[in-house]
Amino acid sequence: MATTTGTTQAKPGPPVEEGGSGPIVELRGVGKSFGNIRALSGVDLKVSTGEVTCILGDNGAGKSTLIKIIAGLHEPTSGEYRVDGRPVKFSSPREALNRGIATVYQDLAIVQLMPVWRNFFLGSELSTGAGPFRRLDVKRMRAICDEELQKMGIDLPNIDLPVQNLSGGQKQVLAIARAIYFGARVLILDEPTAALGVKQSGVVLKYINAARDAGLGVIFITHNPHHAFMVGDHFVVIKLGEMEFDAPRSELSLQDLTHHMAGGAELDALEHELERGQVPEVDPLHGVKSKESVEPELPHQAERKG
Amino acid sequence: MSQTLTPRATSPEGGSEKALRVGQRSLLRRFLSRPEVGSLIGAVVVFSVFFTVAEPFRQASSLSTVLYASSTIGLMAIAVALLMIGGEFDLSAGVAVITSAITAGMFSYQFTTNVWVGVGVALLVSLTIGFVNGMLLIRTRIPSFLITLSMFLMLQGLNVAVTKLVTGSVATQNISNMDGFASAKAVFASEASFAGFNIRATVIWWLVFAAIATWVLLRTRVGNWIYAIGGSKESARAVGVPVNKVKVGLFMTVGFMAWFVGMHMLFQFNTVQSGEGVGNELLYIMAAVVGGCLLTGGYGTVIGAVIGAFIYGMTRQGIVYAGWDNNWVMFFVGAMLLTAVIVNTWVRTQTSKR
Ligand SMILES: Nc1ncnc2c1ncn2[C@@H]1O[C@H](COP(=O)(O)OP(=O)(O)O)[C@@H](O)[C@H]1O
Ligand SMILES: [Mg+2]
Repeated sequence: MATTTGTTQAKPGPPVEEGGSGPIVELRGVGKSFGNIRALSGVDLKVSTGEVTCILGDNGAGKSTLIKIIAGLHEPTSGEYRVDGRPVKFSSPREALNRGIATVYQDLAIVQLMPVWRNFFLGSELSTGAGPFRRLDVKRMRAICDEELQKMGIDLPNIDLPVQNLSGGQKQVLAIARAIYFGARVLILDEPTAALGVKQSGVVLKYINAARDAGLGVIFITHNPHHAFMVGDHFVVIKLGEMEFDAPRSELSLQDLTHHMAGGAELDALEHELERGQVPEVDPLHGVKSKESVEPELPHQAERKG
Repeated sequence: MSQTLTPRATSPEGGSEKALRVGQRSLLRRFLSRPEVGSLIGAVVVFSVFFTVAEPFRQASSLSTVLYASSTIGLMAIAVALLMIGGEFDLSAGVAVITSAITAGMFSYQFTTNVWVGVGVALLVSLTIGFVNGMLLIRTRIPSFLITLSMFLMLQGLNVAVTKLVTGSVATQNISNMDGFASAKAVFASEASFAGFNIRATVIWWLVFAAIATWVLLRTRVGNWIYAIGGSKESARAVGVPVNKVKVGLFMTVGFMAWFVGMHMLFQFNTVQSGEGVGNELLYIMAAVVGGCLLTGGYGTVIGAVIGAFIYGMTRQGIVYAGWDNNWVMFFVGAMLLTAVIVNTWVRTQTSKR
């Protein structure tokens, strides 16, 4: 099963089982409310094999909420969630996992006090023996964990170490290696580079690339447009729970992306006008400005009301 | 089933098979990083102290008494340690033992059944108490400290109130001449002598249950899950661990053990004092913590709890053998707990450094 990477670099062999060529994961107008807090609304998203979809947005924009829906931790309160073209209602992450949707959470879903190999197999432990003598296949789990981590280029002195002794980047890669080993078709990464330095971020970005080349659909959440642009095929910007922007790589530059993160749609529209060489009318410019200046005031208004 | 992923960027020189394995940590270091090591040292110290100061402590028959005193606390400490590793407390565990004993005793007596029927009913009641504790925890998400504190107070009241209501006194009736008593006593409260060394059934059961619990904890999926839900409930849930089932199961395990110890008390003494058991819940927790269990969950061993209970047993009996005032027992147990916690914490921070 080990294919040489050389031959499959440019166009990775598309994933095996599923029949259609449509997206694996599709969201249609998905929204989520917590009581009367509207965390997310009207989100459309498609994730296909061999594609990295980047989801960008500020803190509190709703990124984590979005991926928790995809991962089966939350049920959406509106809209439709489809996997392989059919609507689904996941009531637990296990169900999403069984459909090949694996998530590496911001907190990594690792248990700091547990040894590396036990974390690797947590929830999917290998057993041997029958009846009351059914027991963990410790030998095999340790061997596989060791091998998979080496494949990912992580060298640990000892896989019996508690995970808390690993560096931030190593923890990320452990979580990614685990997801891939357990047959993920879609890999969701929640801000994997947020807490990392430049070098460690680079390592994680490489594995995002590698996962894409292995034929996985990747959802990469970040608030760093530079990181997103290095690996992304498709970009979605979320702002205050709504999709503010959605474009394939071919339609934008890093500058655009940074711009969207910084200024929002109005500013972007303005820039496009300028790029086309049109003389911007004075009114829209004012409109943008006034909108820009309204936003920072929102918290104050809220404070006064409360 | 797994997809092979060979990142092109990071397999240098053909990803050599024997990539650097930094040497195994030294044996001593690995031994010191075991959770129960502090309690083991403590056990040796306590044993040496009483061996030196208390002449009668040196006799084999004393060891048998110490083991017996350790086992009744130790049996419960096994279940409580599992629960604590899973991240929860059970403050109702002490009086739940008495509840179980009262149930079995009174049921058999009032309905004049074979005592085994009462034993069965008591098992049901004990498992139900554990189940209710667990379900309340996962439904209300109130900390187990508060839920089981409530359960503790309710059971404490029920034990005495119901006993008084039914028997007119604070103790249950003597059941020693009822059908099935002999066989039940053989299981729960027998003793045997080997070469002058007297050994109680509870000591054997204590070691048997400790072995089973250790096996489950270290070598089964459920054991892996117990550590995981205690270490990080959310992480465990996210990778598909059935967190709620495991928690309820752990409370029911405490219920099971409370039943077992309750049956021992019933068949040892033939009658049950309904006001007993109060305070024991803290001794179980003490034994688990002395044995290296973290109060915050996710860390500890059953062996440690066994050693913790043994230290308690040695102290309890050692003070008697040394001829000291019995009231010193709790002082020493408390001092030991404090020392153990400090030493365990220190050892853990030392050994987790690389
Ligand atoms: N479980 C929850 N209950 C209530 N509000 C929540 C919950 N989870 C998220 N939110 C709210 O939803 C919004 C989006 O949060 P989140 O998805 O975590 O943002 P991001 O990951 O983009 O920083 C925030 O305002 C947050 O307070
Ligand atoms: Mg987030």
